Amino acid sequence: MTEQDHCVSEGASVTVRDLSFSYKSAEGRVDAIQGITFSIEKGDIYTIIGPSASGKSTLLYILAGLLPFASGEALINGEKPQPGRRATSLILQNYGLLPWKTVWQNVVLGMEIRRLPSSEIHARGEKILLEMGIAGTAKRYPAELSGGQQQRVAIARSLATEPDLLLMDEPFSSLDAYSRESMQEFLQEIQSRRGLTVILVTHGIEEAAFLGRKIIVFAGHPGFVRRIFDNPPAGAPEYRKNDAFFHLCTELRGAMELNREAGKIF
Amino acid sequence: MKTKNIIRQIASIATLFAAWQILAVVVANPALPTPGSAFLVFFREISAGLWNHFLISGWRVLASILLSLLVGVPLGLWLGREEKYDRFFSPMLYLTYPIPKIVFLPLVMVLFGLGNFSKIFLITLVVFFQILVTTRDAARNVSPALILSVVSLGAKRRDIYRHVIWPAIIPDIFTALRIGSGTAIAVLFFAESIASSEGLGYYLMDAWSRYAYPEMFAGIIAMGVLGYTLYLTIDILDKKICSWKRL
Repeated sequence: MTEQDHCVSEGASVTVRDLSFSYKSAEGRVDAIQGITFSIEKGDIYTIIGPSASGKSTLLYILAGLLPFASGEALINGEKPQPGRRATSLILQNYGLLPWKTVWQNVVLGMEIRRLPSSEIHARGEKILLEMGIAGTAKRYPAELSGGQQQRVAIARSLATEPDLLLMDEPFSSLDAYSRESMQEFLQEIQSRRGLTVILVTHGIEEAAFLGRKIIVFAGHPGFVRRIFDNPPAGAPEYRKNDAFFHLCTELRGAMELNREAGKIF
Repeated sequence: MKTKNIIRQIASIATLFAAWQILAVVVANPALPTPGSAFLVFFREISAGLWNHFLISGWRVLASILLSLLVGVPLGLWLGREEKYDRFFSPMLYLTYPIPKIVFLPLVMVLFGLGNFSKIFLITLVVFFQILVTTRDAARNVSPALILSVVSLGAKRRDIYRHVIWPAIIPDIFTALRIGSGTAIAVLFFAESIASSEGLGYYLMDAWSRYAYPEMFAGIIAMGVLGYTLYLTIDILDKKICSWKRL
């Protein structure tokens, strides 16, 4: 199969059924998530919110094919996640940019690893830098960029491999409030232009509410799905100033506080 | 900026010589010649054989460093990344690392003779350990998040070594080289001072045995120049290869 064969105009659908995962540690087996069930359709942004250690990142790693799971089911377009699934891309919390590579070298890394022909690497790399608005930084190192620019480089590196599923682990948590909002809008724009599916893990209630077409609230340890909110107006330009938005934030906060109380009981 | 740096370097060396001059005047003993007379002899001796000794010593040190890199870096990478092998080899390493390798000089001379090889072998033995331990620790401490991010791009083992682990440890290898080259020259002196007929160590011991103090200092200056050249080369390579480190 060549790279051109897979279609990128459509995002991936994800189905997770009764998924549990535990890992070995010094204290024996630790359950990270238990009986997670949800499903998402193609081509939208979905957010996962919940307290620390509720297994949100674990779920992303499972979907990225980095953690083999024992019980339950996780399907991307009807198939089990594979570590090398060409169309899944994961962006880690601290961007995961290699400090010894320039912006350009970082952006083309995924394509190089996939052994694409160099002419295509070049063409795609230049196009994606332009699209991300970081063409002027190609020769610089990540340490010379602002947090927002680094995040753009990380997104560019992921999109360069033309994924249909983009997994993001608290991508904007280390940005200042203004950059965070503009990156959220930027992500929204990219997603609707490319039609890919995005699953974004966040700590921010407003971020979850603004971006998530569905918002999946995690709770407990091991983590489980407490509630799933439907949020059709997600990403609309003036949504942040809307009453419905504030209402949703309040509801989310309520669900999160329930978390805290549940935490006390445990 | 650049000229400022050069001026600083010159000032640093000038201060050293000034201190030497003052000390020599205060001590007023033939065993400590002034820098002026030592340099006079140094330049005279260069054409009279010192250059040859310098080259031989330089080649021995360089060969030892390259050999140590060639063996120490891959081995360090391997032990740093493969925990179960590291657990087997670590006790061996910690037991042999602190032994001053110079104590093996008699054995090395019996096994490998009095030529170049036994000297290179001894220096390599010392520098190799420093490079091995540094490389291993550096490889062990490569950020798991960086590895994960590359794995998520579809990287296989080879890609991880090439794009993450190898570039991550290069700055540490330079640090090991800096420390190692100082030790290498110290061991070189010792190895060359016993049963030897060439090299700076021999030259120095020979001058000493003849109470030719200015010549002895010419040899000391030559050793300093050898070390300085090594450090300078390492610095230039480091700046060129690891420019990202200084951002």
